Amino acid sequence: MTFVDSIKRSVGRRPRTDTAEPSSDVAPPLAGSARAVAAAPAVTAPAVEIAPTDPLFAYLQAASGVVDAERLELDSPALTELRAAHIRAIVPLVAQGELIGALYLGPRLSDQEYSADDRKLLKTLAAQAAPAIRVAQLVREQAVEIEARERLEQEMRVATLIQQQFLPRELPQLPDWQVAAYYGPARAVGGDFYDFIPLPDGRIGIVVGDVTDKGVPAALIMARTQSVLRGEAPRLLSPAKVLERANEILLPEMPARMFVTCLYMVLEPATGRVEFANAGHNLPYVRTADGVIELRATGMPLGLLAGMDYPEHEAILAPGESVLLYSDGLVEAHGPAGDMFGFPKLRDLMDTERPGSELLDHLLDELHGFVGEGWDQEDDITLVALQRTGGYGLAELTPTVSVDGAIATAADTPAGQVLLQVTLPGEQGNERQAMDLVAEAVAGVGLEPAKLDRLKTAVSEAAMNAIEYGSQSDPSIPIDVEVVVSGGDLIVRISDRGLGGPLGDSEEPDLEKKLAGEQKPRGWGLFLIKHMVDAMEIETHGTGQTLALIVHLEGAGDASHPVQR
Amino acid sequence: MPAIPFSAEVSGGPELATLELHGDVNAAADDALGAAWEAATALGAGVVLLDFSDAAYINSTGIALIVQLLADAGRSGREVRACGLSPHYTEIFQITRLSDYMRIFDDATSATTAAAATPAGGER
Repeated sequence: MTFVDSIKRSVGRRPRTDTAEPSSDVAPPLAGSARAVAAAPAVTAPAVEIAPTDPLFAYLQAASGVVDAERLELDSPALTELRAAHIRAIVPLVAQGELIGALYLGPRLSDQEYSADDRKLLKTLAAQAAPAIRVAQLVREQAVEIEARERLEQEMRVATLIQQQFLPRELPQLPDWQVAAYYGPARAVGGDFYDFIPLPDGRIGIVVGDVTDKGVPAALIMARTQSVLRGEAPRLLSPAKVLERANEILLPEMPARMFVTCLYMVLEPATGRVEFANAGHNLPYVRTADGVIELRATGMPLGLLAGMDYPEHEAILAPGESVLLYSDGLVEAHGPAGDMFGFPKLRDLMDTERPGSELLDHLLDELHGFVGEGWDQEDDITLVALQRTGGYGLAELTPTVSVDGAIATAADTPAGQVLLQVTLPGEQGNERQAMDLVAEAVAGVGLEPAKLDRLKTAVSEAAMNAIEYGSQSDPSIPIDVEVVVSGGDLIVRISDRGLGGPLGDSEEPDLEKKLAGEQKPRGWGLFLIKHMVDAMEIETHGTGQTLALIVHLEGAGDASHPVQR
Repeated sequence: MPAIPFSAEVSGGPELATLELHGDVNAAADDALGAAWEAATALGAGVVLLDFSDAAYINSTGIALIVQLLADAGRSGREVRACGLSPHYTEIFQITRLSDYMRIFDDATSATTAAAATPAGGER
């Protein structure tokens, strides 16, 4: 229902004001009712609204010509009000069968009844005025709509700018890495997000997430989720613990039927080691020399259920390898025939040698070719690509052993043959696991049994040192074990996270002193290691310390005793 | 090879008590080894034989536990002997000089039949 909200009349005289309460000659519009204004020049007139349920409304809509207010017999509140305001005649304004307003006429100046000519004139006037008024109404409504839309668009532009503030302003500059990111919301704002979070130990957290739904509600949840992750990641470090904590925080705040999928990965740029955990998000793809593999990790989306655990996994990205984190807007995009872009296609596209930014350009080109012209983007699209372009590492990634979620690998590198790379929880007892893994890895090297036994003891002691001191026996703080054959040497590196301070300053164990109570019974570890291998080196790096155990292979078959006395 | 929990069996009498050590001799063996040592000394044995025949793994913490036993033996005038050590662990006992304070025998029979030595100093 539309209204006449500004009609001035020059017919009739000013109604008496002793009983009516006209307040204005311009009545404000009220939704759901018909309104008319009657007013003489410089006089006010009653603004009587006729509700759609009022019988007068239907009567006027069907009436033809002037309606005599005093003779009309209707149980109508509006009619009673009009009569009280001394309205004598009502001229309905009908356009295209719709009552858009009415003219209210008080008594004539002459106090005579409205004549047949008057009525004819008024009918003609109403017939001509109604369409014009309707047009004016439509123009005005459109102007209001345009104004509202412009206001909304302005608000959305501001929302877009605000959301852009949540996204990283610049990509991290990492030596030997190419990093690229793309963010394409389906609407002005989106529920996807990505982030790079510098961590206090020099590593970098990488997040890609996707909130259910799109638009402003999703954007608000996205902002909150990102804020939680940015707060917790530097404090907790472990991807599993970060997601677990984020789930605890977000669960009570999450609106019904909304949740967040999120993959959180921590990269150690110097080594290519990534630790990651997944809250229901798409699995990252890694392009290796042998093809594209998935980094598998599972977990419930954030904000769905309480008490969720997120298993943590680890992998190594070797020079030349790329990893792609992505939201489902890409793989779930539909082509003109209704077919979906899909995971297999994305996986195939990953299997090409392209740096990070070129990879994303390539994927987006393929996407646009797939969806065709005039594509209405269905969902937000987020892509984050990292390619390791240099540094020491694996030339190929071949999972060989899985240890409590860790991936052990074997590969050939320019620096030698890597027989094992494995990460173990910093938990007491895992030194034995490290020992067994190394023994298994060197089985083909040809160490004579005595030398192998010595190496095993050295590895066990080095791993125990790393666990007890470097990790403070905290299972969430891992140790790393690497076995390399290089230049005629077998090198086992045991690395810790450096919580226990520098190695190598302990007092040489002296059994007499120990028996006399002048030294603690313990303290044999480094002493044993030094006697079990041909050389031992202690390397301090940004994230901890590495004990390198070196065994000369030239004498592998030699029974000569390597122990230094 | 997975870790093997430590256990110890005590046998013998006032002259010689034998501790048969099973499993991994590491930090986790502390309580069980201590209890076995107390049981052996409660027998009043002048010689305590540590039988490592079924001990698959000894680490530096296990060495420290043995040092504690040796210290206690020295204070109480007992002799400690060892048997059943693999060549590798025999070597470690030599490197650490534990073998200076405990005679090492190939097997339990030779260890139990050997003549008593000077306590807490062993045969150097």
